[in-house]
Order: sequence, then structure tokens, then C-alpha cells
Amino acid sequence: MTKYRVNKTKHVDQTKTVSFDFDGKSYHGFEGDTLASALLSNGVHLVGRSFKYHRPRGIMSSGSEEPNAICQINEDTDLTEPNVRATEIELYEGLKASSQNCWPSVNFDIGGINNFISPFIPAGFYYKTFMWPKSFWKKIYEPLIRWSAGLGKSPTKPDPELYDHKHVHCDVLIIGGGISGIIASKIAAKNNLKTILIEDKNILGGSTIFQKNENYKINDKYSGEWIDEEIAELKKLNNLTIKTRTSLAAYHSYNYLLAKENISDHLPLDKKNGGIRQRLWKIRADKVIVATGAIERPLVFNNNDRPGIMLSNSVKKYLDFYGVSCGFKNVIFTNNDSAYETAVSLKEKGISVEMIDIRKKSNSKIVKNAEQLGVKIYWNSTVVNTFGLRKIYSIEIMNLSEDGSNVVGNKIRINCDCLGISGGWTPMVHMHTQSGGKLDFREIDQTFIPNEIDKNHINVGSCNGDFELEEIINNTNKKVKNYLKVSETEFDNTSILNSKELDKRNIWLLPNYISEGKCKSFIDFQNDSTAKDIKLALREGFKSIEHVKRYTTTGMATDQGKLSNMHALGIIADTAGVKMGTLGTTTFRPPFTPLTFGSIVGRSVGNFFDIIRKTSIHKWHIQNKAKFENVGQWKRPWYYPINDEDLHDAVQRESKAARDSAGILDASTLGKIDIQGTDASEFLNRVYTNAWSKLGIGKCRYGLMLNEDGMVYDDGVTTRLGENHYLMTTTTGGAANVLSKLEDYLQTEWPELDVYLTSVTDHYSTASICGPNSKKILKKIFTDKDFSDDAFPHMSYQNGKIDEINCRIMRISFTGELSYEINIESKYGKSLWEKCIEAGKEFKITPYGTETMHLLRAEKGFIIVGQDTDGTMTPIDLQMDWIVSKKKYDFIGKRSLYRSDTIREDRKQLVGLLTDDPNEVLEEGAQIVSDMSKKPIEMIGHVTSSYFSPNLNKSIALAVVKSGKKMSGQKLIVPMENKNINVTVSDSVFLDKENKRINA
Amino acid sequence: MFLINCPYCGERDQSEFSCGGEAHIIRPKQPTELSDDQWAEYLFMRKNIKGVQFERWNHAHGCRKWFNMVRDTSNDKIHAVYKMGEKPPVE
Ligand SMILES: [Zn+2]
Repeated sequence: MTKYRVNKTKHVDQTKTVSFDFDGKSYHGFEGDTLASALLSNGVHLVGRSFKYHRPRGIMSSGSEEPNAICQINEDTDLTEPNVRATEIELYEGLKASSQNCWPSVNFDIGGINNFISPFIPAGFYYKTFMWPKSFWKKIYEPLIRWSAGLGKSPTKPDPELYDHKHVHCDVLIIGGGISGIIASKIAAKNNLKTILIEDKNILGGSTIFQKNENYKINDKYSGEWIDEEIAELKKLNNLTIKTRTSLAAYHSYNYLLAKENISDHLPLDKKNGGIRQRLWKIRADKVIVATGAIERPLVFNNNDRPGIMLSNSVKKYLDFYGVSCGFKNVIFTNNDSAYETAVSLKEKGISVEMIDIRKKSNSKIVKNAEQLGVKIYWNSTVVNTFGLRKIYSIEIMNLSEDGSNVVGNKIRINCDCLGISGGWTPMVHMHTQSGGKLDFREIDQTFIPNEIDKNHINVGSCNGDFELEEIINNTNKKVKNYLKVSETEFDNTSILNSKELDKRNIWLLPNYISEGKCKSFIDFQNDSTAKDIKLALREGFKSIEHVKRYTTTGMATDQGKLSNMHALGIIADTAGVKMGTLGTTTFRPPFTPLTFGSIVGRSVGNFFDIIRKTSIHKWHIQNKAKFENVGQWKRPWYYPINDEDLHDAVQRESKAARDSAGILDASTLGKIDIQGTDASEFLNRVYTNAWSKLGIGKCRYGLMLNEDGMVYDDGVTTRLGENHYLMTTTTGGAANVLSKLEDYLQTEWPELDVYLTSVTDHYSTASICGPNSKKILKKIFTDKDFSDDAFPHMSYQNGKIDEINCRIMRISFTGELSYEINIESKYGKSLWEKCIEAGKEFKITPYGTETMHLLRAEKGFIIVGQDTDGTMTPIDLQMDWIVSKKKYDFIGKRSLYRSDTIREDRKQLVGLLTDDPNEVLEEGAQIVSDMSKKPIEMIGHVTSSYFSPNLNKSIALAVVKSGKKMSGQKLIVPMENKNINVTVSDSVFLDKENKRINA
Repeated sequence: MFLINCPYCGERDQSEFSCGGEAHIIRPKQPTELSDDQWAEYLFMRKNIKGVQFERWNHAHGCRKWFNMVRDTSNDKIHAVYKMGEKPPVE
């Protein structure tokens, strides 16, 4: 047993030794320790350096509020994790931890130089200093700040562990397994309510579990013994799920809460077994009882940050829970009675302790108890200085003046190796405020407590501002009964004995004989902001607490100001001479404690990150070595390289084959919407710009769909299958949105229309065969069908059969070639495709991908919505006036086509571009200018599509250019990084303007 | 994360729904007879107030029905949910 392990407790098994490494040195602790308690048992206080001044810092607390003891664990493994609080991590065999933010070592730290130049690093220093000269920023300031500002190292390897999400519903959720949470859980579960209790520690009981003091008894038992029995009973209840090692991360509206359960974080690396590491619980609770407790406040005085200065209640927890004495010559500095429990506990174990109290007196039972045990108390006194670099060794104290604004008398020096501090308690109202709850300010002990008006949850115990045992038990019982509508409980007649605190005094910033400018009175330990910084911010004109917080960075570290926010507020109030309650608090935002990315993402990683949609022909594409392109969620063949072909060579070959003989494209991904109903024709009239009433059955028509603002939204071919039956196709990426938009109009604007929409995108697979030989191939597949132009003209459709399987054949073209599309139920998609390939063999049918499709349609000047349009193009801008019906009274977007802005003649309009050098291919997205002499050079447009056309043997491009319609033949310039490319505006149709090929 | 009482399906998590903005903006029956200003009023102008607001919502990952909702944007309290075509509640 180490020197500091002075006490045997049931929570730490001192028969089971656990070895671990800290900063490269080996130590021993026991099962049940945290990393912090094990370090303290070895006498290690110094665990890190502060963020800005690199001052030595020690373990300060025993929980999630810890600002200093922040470690990197298991460095150089793929399980490494930064910013782990030593006070929270359970010790396991082989744990390797190291201090963060100190280089080269915690004992010798180069950044510590900041401490000596600290008079020159006030609040806002970075904002003020690194402003100029501008050229210094990138090369000097930024690298310097980045190098010195790191908070740990993120892992460089993929996370090997699994994370889970779990959705649950319950009648009552109780947050916090301390005394009030246990009382609430018992009442809820015993009244037939499905109850969940979550607790972030590995055991229930909160701080009551290590209470063994004559002054605090419940039903004549020590409160610690009483709660042990309660927990044992609780575990037998059927309606209750108890989740320990589970911390509440967020409390959203409508009682929707997120909690993170640690499943394997406390296990040694070799015992994790690749199982689930953490589980994120997504809880929808009918009722929520918040019992999150309170956090002890530090006191703000000069040099209050040395290793060995700790929260008083943590000193007690290390002693009574872990059996570790943080020092052998303790001094406790307080403004309240609770610190005397620590003193009594130390004294009872024969450990030296003295008290410094800023109050003039206190006549409570616990204070008398301490006095009887011989604890020396310095009343009306304050600490004015502390000494010791790597660990505190002595302090200086002075008397306070009558009003507490100054110090008087002589300095007294007291040696110590641990200074416990207690500035009272702050209720953890984070959950309450996250849920939207407001706070009230309680003057007597300067606390913000929950205002429950209009809230669908209650707060019980010390998070509600009930600090004394009697209040906690009785108020919790009363509130829970009322909230859950229970008439009586086993807690109704509990006999409670406790010491009552009658005398209170609070001073946010303790006075000193040293001038304020020379004091280092820390408020935010992690971000190193001091009382001086706050006052400077106020002098510089910051008034709002939110602004002061950002300027001084108070409360903005990983602990989110759990220890610092109240002091910052208090000092602002005192300095500005206003009441603290009128300032309001800063906003508490989720997560309460940091969440791992893994727990947020859960199983949605790798293949589960997003849905991957594949057509029924996908396997064939893979077998034939297709390269794929993502189009929305779809994987579409991009091109099919043969041997070593690159994209360019493959696309040139595919494009030529499609125009010279035959090509085949998997068009299954196009959106397909089945439209039925007696008003189907009228509906299409309203959603497309052109007229649909006269389209014959068995005919197809291209349609352009606008937004109500007149801009092109989607396009595609729609086929009239029957009198009241249409099949609409949409772009691949737009399918879902088009369906939603059409549903919206049907349900909300035109509910009188008899129309039904069904998405059938996945139901049919589509093979699109084009080229001069496509007709011959179709004839081989459908032997009994007449494919003559009279019997089966362009833009028409017929039913067909392949081996008794029905299919639809549309003679439509997106390439400008003679072209057919065959639709078949998806399960036959691959066999249809293979049949086409087989039938096309003698014509060297060539499968082509999206890139060739884009090239072929560009040769023909067909637009792609989303590539040649960007939500700011009207059909008129696209030079597609022919598709806008003049006769129709109304359609979506019609009125917008003659708004003053849409009729401007200098809008960007779609044109063709030909490069003067036919081998020069423009870059898509490149900017277009006309006049290079006038600076700044005006950008008049950009290239939207650009290819080298093998069929025309020259480069072609589509572009949008201001007033482009009137510019035919005009010379323009496409300036690139190294050269200017000369281009000429042309017609946007480059090939077969007479449409001879489609009817070939 | 609200709990939304879809008038067709009952209470469901907010993640199943999408919001379609301000409700009760009726598409003009004769758009061609409107001035640019009147059309712009329909097309672009939407309220975004702090307080009680009438909104369109769609049960996108459920029954896909559109309906209306009265929500207080300051505290996300949902005061009423009603079907398309039904009159908004008076209070
Ligand atoms: Zn629904």
C-alpha cells in the first residue's frame, strides 16, 4: 500500500492491484480506482499545464467538472483518445495515460515562458496582437498558435470499435442516481410506471454513499448505510431499468433525450474483444425527473491554481470513497458548512486539518463537531497567496474587513500540502435549461435554481437548490408524488437528522493586499482566464455576459465552464454594480459532457453511411469492368474501359460506336412516376410548360417542369399508356423531389383533381439502345413486331413480349440517334440486357456509360438539368421557347416568365461555344469574358458542358453567357491560369440540326 | 425533436416529417391577372415570426400526407394539428 492510501473502503478492492503508466512512469492502483484516485494514492498531483500560461496544474475535482486533469490515453494505438478526464476514467490493467498540453514534459515546459510574459497576454491578446502585419499571419502567427494551442492528438487510424444506437420509450426517466434520484426511481417503479434510471458513475448512490457522520442520519442510520439498503431494494424492482456508466448528453424538446452508455471503456485493451464500445440511447420519456446534483464552487483568490489545491468535497471523496488522503497537512478554505464534513472526516482518521472560513462565525452542529475534534478555525479570514510550483507547500492568510471588501491586519503563513476549497454549491441546471427551462436567482446563497413553470419535467435534490438532507428527502418525495400523482410513499414519515447551515457569506473575488494587476486569481482553470481578464473586458466596453465570455474565453473550454461560469457572472455583477440575478446566464448547450463521434454516428459508417442504389443490371456492369459514377445514391456505369483505356479513350470509342452502329445504356436509374386518374391529362397540363391534352394514347412527349419562380426544375419524357394513365420519367437525381413536389400540389393546391401518383423507379429496368442499327437489333428481339416508321414512329410506345414477359418499348432519343428504350420488370432487367447484347453482337453493340451519354446529347445540344442549368435558368434563357405553351392559361411557373427580372434581355442564356483551335477542350466551369482591357474584367458567363466530339472531330461546348442569344458568331475569351483560349459563340446544336438520324 | 401528432398516423418523431413553411398561402387562381408586385407577394413573401405560426408539414417518411400545424416558434409548443382544407383553429 502506498503512503497516501490511508483508509480501507468497500468501493476499492485493495486485494486487486492494477498497474498503469502515467507520463511514461509505472504506478499501481487498485480495482475500483479512477486514474485520478490512483495517481493521488501515489502522491501525484501535477498532471498537466494550463492552456495559455502553461502553469503547472493538479487534479482539482473528482468528476466531470474537472478542468485540469485531462489526458491522452493509449497513445500510439488506434484506440487513443484525447481529452479524457482522469477523474472519470476507471483504472484498468495496462492503461497508458499522458498529460496534455505540455512539451517537452509536465515538469519542464517550454510554453511556461508564457507565464513570465503573462502581463503581456491579457484577454483578447490574440485578437489584438495578431492582427498585423498581415503577412505575418500565415507564416508566423498561425503555425505558432496552432503548435502551442493543441488540446491532445486525434487518432490517425480508423476507429476499430463498434457503436450502437438504441431507441427507447418509457413512462419516467430519472437522470442521476444520487439520493434524490434513488427516491424518485423507487416511487416511480413501485407505482407501475416503466422507469429508467441513468447514472454516469459505475455505481449508484452519489455523494451520500460515502457519508458516515453522526450529524447526518436517516431513520437512525448513517445516511451512507441507509442508501446502501435503498439501492439493494431498488435493484429488485421489475419496472426499473438501471443504467450505470451512462451519462445524459442532451435534453431536447418534447422529452427527447440522448444518453451515452459506456460499455467497454473501463476494460483493458485486450478484453474489449471488438464488441460494442458505446451505445447512444435515444429516449422518448413521458415524464422526466432531473436529479443531477450540484457541483462545488471553487474560491477565487491569488494563485488559486497550484497543484494540491482541490475542491473540498473531492478531498473527502478521495478519502472516504477511494481511501486516499490527498495530503497529510490539510487546510480547508471555505465560505460554508459543507467543507466541515471534510474536516471532520480527516480529523477522525487522525489526519491534520485546519479551517479558514470567510464567515465571522457559524454555530451549526457540524462546525461544533469539528471544533470538538480540535480542528483549528480561522474565522473572517481569506487566503491571499499560495506557494509551491509543482505542489503547494504553504499559504498566506489575512483577516477580512467588516464588509469583506478588503484585507486587514497581519499576514499569517501556514504550511500545508493540500488546500481544499469550497465556495458553496452550484445546482447542475444544465438539463433543465437545455430543455428550454428558465432560471430564478436565489439571493441568499447566490444560486440559479430551476423555474418549472410550463415545463414537462421536475428537478429534485441539489440540482433544484435543495442542499440539506432533510430538504432533499422531503422535497423530493413531495415533488415526485405530486408529479406522478401518487398519494403515499414509503418516504412519507422518514426521520432525518442533519446539521443546518444558518450563517452565509459570499465573496466572488476575494480581496488582497497585492494590487489587482499583479494577482493571478483564476476563474476558468482550463482556459486560463482570470478575474483581471473579466474586469479588463468590462473596462473595454463589453457588457453582455455572452460577449465577455467569448472575449475572455471564460467557460469555453471542454468543461464548458462548470466551475467558472458563476464566478464570472458574480464578478461582472460586482464590478458593474448590478444584481447578479439581472444578468442572466450564458446558454448551456448540449452535450453536457463531450460525446465521441463514434457514438453520434453509430452504425452509419462504411457501407451504411448512405444508401447505395444499384440497378438490376449492376452485376453485368461489374463483370464487364465498368467504372462507376455516383449519381445521387445510384451507382451508374461511367464508362467501360477496354484493356488500358482511360476515360477519354473509352468515351471516344463508345461515342463513335453509338453513332456508327449501336450503343446500349442502362437507363434504369431515371425516375419513373406512374400517373393515373381521370384528371391525369389536366394535371400534366398544369405541371409541364407544354400542352398535354391532345397527346394520343401510345405517344410520348418531352416535358419541362418549372418551379413557381419560372426556373427550370426537371425534365423528361412522359408516355401516355392509356386514356387516364401516364408514365412520367424524371432526371435520376431529381426523382424523389419531383414526386414530393407533385404530391404537394395535388394535396394542397388541387385536391379536386382525380390523380394518383406512384413511384415505380425501382419496379422497372430500362435498356436504351441507340444507333443506326438499333432497329435491326430490336427486330431480332421482338421478331413479330413491325418496326417500320409508319407502324412505330419516333415518340411513340408499344407493348412487347420477351419469352412471355411483358415489356414496354418506347421509341425516344436522348442522343439524337435512332433509339429505343425497353422497360421490363426489374427482376428481368439483367436477362433483358443480356438478350440485347446477344442480339447486338453482329452489330458490335457497345455498352456506354454516363460520360458518353453526356457527350452524345451535347453534340445534339440537349440540356442536362443540373449541369447546364442551376436553378436560375428559365426555358427562354435556354432558348427553348418552343416548349412553352402560349395558349395554356396557367402552369407552374408561367406567371414568373414575364416578371421584370425574367424578361431582361441581358440574362445569361445558353449558347454553343467552338474553340478556335478545334483540339482545345474547355474546362467545365471556366469563366467567359469579352473584354480583357477593362479592369476589373467582367465575367459574362461560364462553360457548362465541354467535350471533344469524335463524331464531329472537334471540341464542342455549351455555356451560359449574358445576352448570349444575340452573340452568335462573336469572339469571346476563356481565360485560364496559363493562357487565354479564344472561342466563338455558335448554335447550341452541333450535329444533325435537321433530325435526320432520329428518323433514319 | 418534436413529437408530431400526424392527423393520419398519430404521434411520430419529428425526424419522419419535413416542414413546408408558412401555411394558408393560396396559389392565385388567375396568376396572369396579377401585377408583378402581387405575384411577388405570393411567390416570395413568407413570415418568420417569433411566436405562434401556422405551418405546413409533410409526413415524408410515413403516410406522405401534407397537413397544417400551429406551432409557437419561441418554445416549439405545438398548439394544433389539422388536415389540409380544414379551417385553422381560432385561438
Ligand atoms: Zn402520417
